[in-house]
Parts: sequence; C-alpha cells; structure tokens
Amino acid sequence: MKAKIDRTYEGSFHIVGGDFSRAGEASTELKSILLNVGIDEDTVRRVAIATFEAEMNIMIYATAGILRYTISPDEIRVVAEDMGPGIEDIELAMQEGYSTAPDWVREMGWGAGMGLPNMKKNSDVFRIESVVGEGTTVEMTIRLKDC
Amino acid sequence: MRLDEIIRILDAVIITNSQEPGAEIEWACATDLMSDVLYYSRGNSVLITGLAKQQAIRTSDIADIKVVVFTRGKEPDAQTIELSRKKRITLLITPYSMYTACGKLYEKGLRCCPE
Ligand SMILES: Nc1ncnc2c1ncn2[C@@H]1O[C@H](COP(=O)(O)OP(=O)(O)O)[C@@H](O)[C@H]1O
Ligand SMILES: [Mg+2]
Repeated sequence: MKAKIDRTYEGSFHIVGGDFSRAGEASTELKSILLNVGIDEDTVRRVAIATFEAEMNIMIYATAGILRYTISPDEIRVVAEDMGPGIEDIELAMQEGYSTAPDWVREMGWGAGMGLPNMKKNSDVFRIESVVGEGTTVEMTIRLKDC
Repeated sequence: MRLDEIIRILDAVIITNSQEPGAEIEWACATDLMSDVLYYSRGNSVLITGLAKQQAIRTSDIADIKVVVFTRGKEPDAQTIELSRKKRITLLITPYSMYTACGKLYEKGLRCCPE
C-alpha cells in the first residue's frame, strides 16, 4: 500500500538540552504529523524511533540543535544538526554499547549505547558528520515503499 | 495475552487505562534501558520496567507500546501519570520484582518479541 503523499511537507523543531521533562516532544510531534499525512504505521514507527534517538543525543550531548524533516512522495528525510562538542571517533561511537553518557543520564534510562546503531538500523540511508568543537549532523532517509 | 489477564497475573494496580479489558497484547519487553526498548521491542507490547519515570512513557509512545508496568510497587510522579493519560498508555504498578513479574507472564505464555 503506497502512502498517498502528493506534495512535500517540511518543518523543523528547535531542541534545547537539559530539560529532560520535554525530551521527546519533537519526535512525538513528528510522529503525529506523519500519521496525519497518511504514512503507514511501520514506517512511522521507524522514523519516530530514529528521530527520538537523535533528539535525545542533542539533548544529552549538545545542549542545543535543530531537527529538520522533509516528507516527499518517495521518502522521509530527517536531519539532526547540533552545535555541540562533536564526536572524535565516529566509528567507535557507532559501535553497539559504546556510550559516554554521564550518571544523571543513565538514571533517566539512557546511555545504553544503542542510539546511533538504531538510527542506522531504521534508516535506508544514514549519514553522520562531526567536527570536534563545532558540532554533529546526522541525516536519515527512509524510503516510502511501493508494495 | 489479554490486558485483564496481565493485570490479574501481576496483581497490578491500574493507574491509567483507556483500553478494553480484552485488548490483546502480543509481546513483552523487560528492561530499564530505553534504547533497548527502541532497538528490540515491537509495537503492541507490554513494557515491564523499573524506570518509573516519564522517559518510560515517552519511549513507549514512540515505540507503539500500549501497556507499561512499573515493578516493585514504584509510584510514578504526577507528570508521568499525566503523560500516560494523555498518550492513552495503560500504566500499571505491580508489587513484584522485574524477575518475578516476567516469570509469571512467561509461565502463562506471554513471550519476548522475537530475539
Ligand atoms: N550529537 C552528539 N554530540 C556529541 N557526541 C555524541 C552525539 N551523539 C552521540 N555522541 C557520542 O556517541 C556515543 C554513542 O551514542 P549513542 O549510540 O546514541 O549511545 P548513547 O547516547 O546511549 O551513549 C555517545 O555516548 C556520545 O559519546
Ligand atoms: Mg544516544
């Protein structure tokens, strides 16, 4: 069943770190937008999960950033960009279980080191770029299936 | 497994619920690590967790999990209850430990989403 997306939808959310009680609001909002435009539930779940992990990383590691989304007839693209400390060793950061999350983050249930691997798992195309001292950009593309 | 059966097996207190007693829950997932929920779970599961915090509700909402059980009688704060009500997630408290709660549900046939 092909989602009937007849145009392109775009938008963005500003993410501010620290306030954990609001963590996940942007991803939750994106999830309802996707459902409203008629994207199938499985795809929505994948996008929501990947976006949520990206949002949490901005909250935890970067203190501020922006989430941009584009919904087009063929694909959904989410770009998470932050002005945080950057990642020194991306290959290491991508490993399952690797985490530098501090204790207060672990007490909130985060820091399993499965965020980046899960973003990759749920994306058809996954890109990450990072410059130490400048920030990190994660780009995720999920294709809309035809079947 | 039916929701009312889960409630009975776990001797659970219902904090919020907007589902039918006969709602069918297909899978179970037990962890305090939210990223593990997001990585390994499936929709229409029950999450059994010791993390009696808002994070558990947010994560469940994102992952299409309809039922959350807090173990060892842990009481959530008002915001956590409010969020679960808003997201129409059934929130339960069981007096049992995670180990016992899982054992009881497993014994009655509820399984982990495919490992
Ligand atoms: N946006 C980011 N800015 C800086 N460091 C990051 C960012 N995202 C991830 N990292 C680093 O990569 C590690 C692994 O990230 P992730 O897989 O999401 O696991 P977790 O967040 O549980 O640690 C983090 O612990 C952190 O060191
Ligand atoms: Mg993370």
